[in-house]
Amino acid sequence: MLHFGDNAYDLVGAFWTTIQLTFLSAIGALILGTLLAAMRLSPVPMLTWIGTTYVNVVRNTPLTLILLFCSFGLAQTLQITLVDRNSPTSIEDSNFRLAVLGLSVYTAAFVCETVRSGVNTVPLGQAEAARSLGMTFSQNLRIVLLPQAFRSVLIPLGSVLIALTKNTTIASAIGVAEAALLMKTMVENQADLLLISGIFAAGFVILTLPMGLLFGWLGKRWAVAR
Amino acid sequence: MPSARPSHTTSRRFRIAAAVALAVALPLSLAACGGGSGGGGDTIVIGTKFDQPGLGLKNPDGTMSGFDVDVAKYVAKELGYAEDKIEWKESPSGQRETLIQNDQVKFIAATYSITDARKEKVDFAGPYLITGQSLLVKADNTDITGAESLQNNKKLCSVSGSTPAQRIKDKYPGVQLQQYDTYSACVEALKNGAVDAVTTDEVILAGYAAQSPGTFKVVGGTFSEEKYGIGLKKGDTDLKIKINDAITKMEKDGAWKAAFDKNLGPAGITAPTPPTVDK
Repeated sequence: MLHFGDNAYDLVGAFWTTIQLTFLSAIGALILGTLLAAMRLSPVPMLTWIGTTYVNVVRNTPLTLILLFCSFGLAQTLQITLVDRNSPTSIEDSNFRLAVLGLSVYTAAFVCETVRSGVNTVPLGQAEAARSLGMTFSQNLRIVLLPQAFRSVLIPLGSVLIALTKNTTIASAIGVAEAALLMKTMVENQADLLLISGIFAAGFVILTLPMGLLFGWLGKRWAVAR
Repeated sequence: MPSARPSHTTSRRFRIAAAVALAVALPLSLAACGGGSGGGGDTIVIGTKFDQPGLGLKNPDGTMSGFDVDVAKYVAKELGYAEDKIEWKESPSGQRETLIQNDQVKFIAATYSITDARKEKVDFAGPYLITGQSLLVKADNTDITGAESLQNNKKLCSVSGSTPAQRIKDKYPGVQLQQYDTYSACVEALKNGAVDAVTTDEVILAGYAAQSPGTFKVVGGTFSEEKYGIGLKKGDTDLKIKINDAITKMEKDGAWKAAFDKNLGPAGITAPTPPTVDK
């Protein structure tokens, strides 16, 4: 609890929501992004086309719009709320899950492009050799290409993760009680704007700086020696 | 060659220092260009909301309408500025204090509640309107009649982090609260049936009800007290007195009631007695 005059704010709780949003969306984006990359690399023209269209559409749509679409389009119009409508916390849960969905869908486009660039670092001869050994496309991808691709793009993937962490603040637009929403609340009540912004900026630096360092270190440690 | 090293280091240091100085100076000089004045010369810059029907709304044709706008126009007239000398500046809730402190506006009339925290940063003239938190429901709704009827798992909507949203969370824990960035989004959710009611100051709700008559109604009276004032630069006593006189005059000569009826009458709420200005 953070005390400001008579008011107490659950700073840790808000940042915990930010961390949960980031973590779950990162997993979602990694899975979906890798699938999309596989589609874009696949020899089936239809899959390639779907992957390419997805990336171009989603990557160029503002995140706020995607999240508002999740809330108004999916939940309100199409009734896809992802929760039991009668539960006593349905709004809160629905918003959180829709935010994870929106953030995953958005970030997946960037993960896809990052992974694809990693695949491009693997010498073409390896893919050809694998194919001549009789490996199918998916075996080639799973056993030869992706393991090397991921190792070579750890550092840019770290950047995508940091961007995702900061993007979670947009979830406050559909009412997820994460750090940015608490900041709005505090700005409404308190007079010390600079101090409040400083606290939240520091909070995000504390979250993202270690991520950058960790991925930098991992990237070096697991670099593919060629 | 050892003698070459010191000069090399110095020039390198100098280059870094120069780069840092440039990096600091460039945004500062740009900021200096961007700083507006609070309406020097023969025009006046007034801050208001651009997206609040019935209070401060910028119409598609560029004209301004609403109760706040009418009050601001009257005050400007009393200060000696005709309507065509007013330059309107959009003042979203989170930016109002900053706009005043940076002299980007002369004064702000934008559903601006007088609170102690805000008084630390700006001065207030008025109040020119006393309202309170209320509920907006669909016209055919009968089970929400007031704050007491909210408890059994009703779904409410308000703006993220706003005072009404906080009050609902603190006082009515049985209520589920949906927060959006704007009231328009909340009203949309109410229309879609995703929430049972929208809550905030009664006059704001009345503005939305007046915008689409017959769709919504304001129910339950008020369960808080908000005093709307005109925000101005801290310490500008001269301006504060002039604005207070203008508000008093507006309340006395009937223009105040006329403005209220014109902008918020269609919502079905009657004009309250104008508040007494705090001198």
